[in-house]
Amino acid sequence: MTEYKRIELVVGMFVFIGIASMVWMALKLGQVGGLGSTGYAVEAVFQDAGGVRAGSDVMLAGVVIGRVSDVHLQNDEEAKLIMQIDEGVKLTTDAIASVRTKGIIGERYIRVSQGADREYLEPGAEIEETESAINIEDLVSKYIFSSGDK
Amino acid sequence: MIVNLFGRIGRSTLQMIAKLGDVTLLSSRSLAFAGKSPWQGEHYVRQIYALGVGSFVIIAITGAFTGMVLALQGYYTLAKFGSESLLGSAVALSIIRELGPVLGALMLIGRAGSSITAEIGIMRVTGQLDALEMMAVNPLARIVLPRIMATLIALPLLVTLFDLIGLAAGYVVGVDLLGVNAGAYVGETVAKVLPEDLYAGWVKAIAFGFIVGVICTYMGYRAEPTTEGVAKATTQAVVAGSISVLAVDYILTSFFL
Amino acid sequence: MIRTEGLVRQFGDVVALDHTNIEIKKDQVTVILGGSGSGKTTLLRMLSALDAPTHGSVWFGDEDLAQLSSKRLYELRGKMGMVFQYSALLNSLNVYDNVAFPLHEHSDLDESVIQTMVQMKLEQVGMRGFEQLMPSELSGGMAKRVAFARAMIADPDVVFFDEPTSGLDPISAGIVTTLIHDITKKTHMTSVVVTHDVHAALEIADHVILLWQGKVIAEGQADAIAQSEDPRVVQFIQGRPDGPIPFSRSKTPYHEDLLRVRL
Repeated sequence: MTEYKRIELVVGMFVFIGIASMVWMALKLGQVGGLGSTGYAVEAVFQDAGGVRAGSDVMLAGVVIGRVSDVHLQNDEEAKLIMQIDEGVKLTTDAIASVRTKGIIGERYIRVSQGADREYLEPGAEIEETESAINIEDLVSKYIFSSGDK
Repeated sequence: MIVNLFGRIGRSTLQMIAKLGDVTLLSSRSLAFAGKSPWQGEHYVRQIYALGVGSFVIIAITGAFTGMVLALQGYYTLAKFGSESLLGSAVALSIIRELGPVLGALMLIGRAGSSITAEIGIMRVTGQLDALEMMAVNPLARIVLPRIMATLIALPLLVTLFDLIGLAAGYVVGVDLLGVNAGAYVGETVAKVLPEDLYAGWVKAIAFGFIVGVICTYMGYRAEPTTEGVAKATTQAVVAGSISVLAVDYILTSFFL
Repeated sequence: MIRTEGLVRQFGDVVALDHTNIEIKKDQVTVILGGSGSGKTTLLRMLSALDAPTHGSVWFGDEDLAQLSSKRLYELRGKMGMVFQYSALLNSLNVYDNVAFPLHEHSDLDESVIQTMVQMKLEQVGMRGFEQLMPSELSGGMAKRVAFARAMIADPDVVFFDEPTSGLDPISAGIVTTLIHDITKKTHMTSVVVTHDVHAALEIADHVILLWQGKVIAEGQADAIAQSEDPRVVQFIQGRPDGPIPFSRSKTPYHEDLLRVRL
């Protein structure tokens, strides 16, 4: 029976360490729960959110201030983004959100620039002013066609 | 000749379907005892000890080398695009979504699964399963069920430890050996690993734990009661278990993407 | 006590039991004799409900074993014990725990009571003092005696023995057969012994059933069988290779096979 007690102890430790690791990974790595409790959500509607997905960074002045938590289609024509902004970061009501690219072929992120208003966005509010993704293909074709016109 | 070929294909297909049905029947009959028979905590604990704790060292070593190789190989590839800073997330996502559950399951099959099959097979050969039956103890409830439960419970825990050790090993190679910026490495990892990635890994681990338990107990239980029969069953358990894990992995991955 | 009616068991095309009708009487040692492949082990598995018949039925008292619910069958198993050919001790448990296993599983008896019962049974088979040994440390004869103690720990009505003397040296075999006889007589137990050991069988049997190719070819008291003039019985008891039970020869003449290989 003492041998069994030892086995029981080791198994108990194994299960405890395993579950503790799971919880740690969920909180620290996946930031489960961390998303909802610290910070607040704001919405933004883009004509073209090409390349932005859940998990993309939201940056202000080059500093990560949050993450995109959801991207979905609205009214069958626009992209609606929900962004989770860190606690303590205040965005003006006339802030501008734009889809940008890190480097030339790098990934997409949302750049937010502050406006001049003295009022700040409430949790759940919408950033009215948005700038869609700059599509390199569009640019190139525009350039070709415009040069053809000349 | 052609007719013969088709005949053979048909026959082996039918055999496979029959076998699949038998596996399902046997495992569901065993699992039905989970609610019915009196709580057998001691048997579960003993099996988790033998199968789970016993596999920890090999899982830890596999995890460490996987993380190290991924960091090395990933760095080589990413450096070609000048994106070394993404190394942390590349390593983390590969391990958490794919390699942790799959390699963890394959190692569990090799270390614990084969011994489950051999043990039950030998109990079959030596008449111990019949002896239990004669003593009014159902071998499905007493022998098969605790082993399925043990792999089902142990594998997600083992995979989590595999993940953590792999991430740590990847960090050591990436940051200390290859000189990737520590802040970028950790920041990228945390930013890119989403709760969905963790869930995907754990769901896989649970599914694989179940598959390993069911297949390895089945092969032992249905082993031909001879020495060669047990040897054959053990090989079959490893082969069938590994292939099932990889096939189900593909299905689950396509589901989670 | 146990009766079979038109028992048939087929494995694929092989007929192991062919309309076998036998009856096991209470408080007797019944020996089922037969050569290898005569179906005697299959018959034993039918009697103990480890295997189900293809046709026919096995009656335990007034219950048809094939028709029982698994719950009722497990209740009946409480009245049965079995000593397997290779003893089938649980190799993860020591001698004490093996013998006590049925009690640990199915009774709420106090450990001190169980201890006394285990001691008593081990004493009966001459294995007291070996409680702490593991099955792997026992000789074949010792393992068999432990298995015997385990089979009768819950005082069953009937104990089945599958080849109790096979693989044992003559002295160990003698000990085991004597134990079967003495304990059956002392404790009003019914024993069913399956064996091909004619010598042991005739010594301890109250009733002998001789099986050949799944059929009963002779039945009766040990003396009657020993003095039988049925040529098949005589051949079996004297162990002659030739007689009415044919020596199985190849179907084609040897020289034909040799010639075929050349061509």
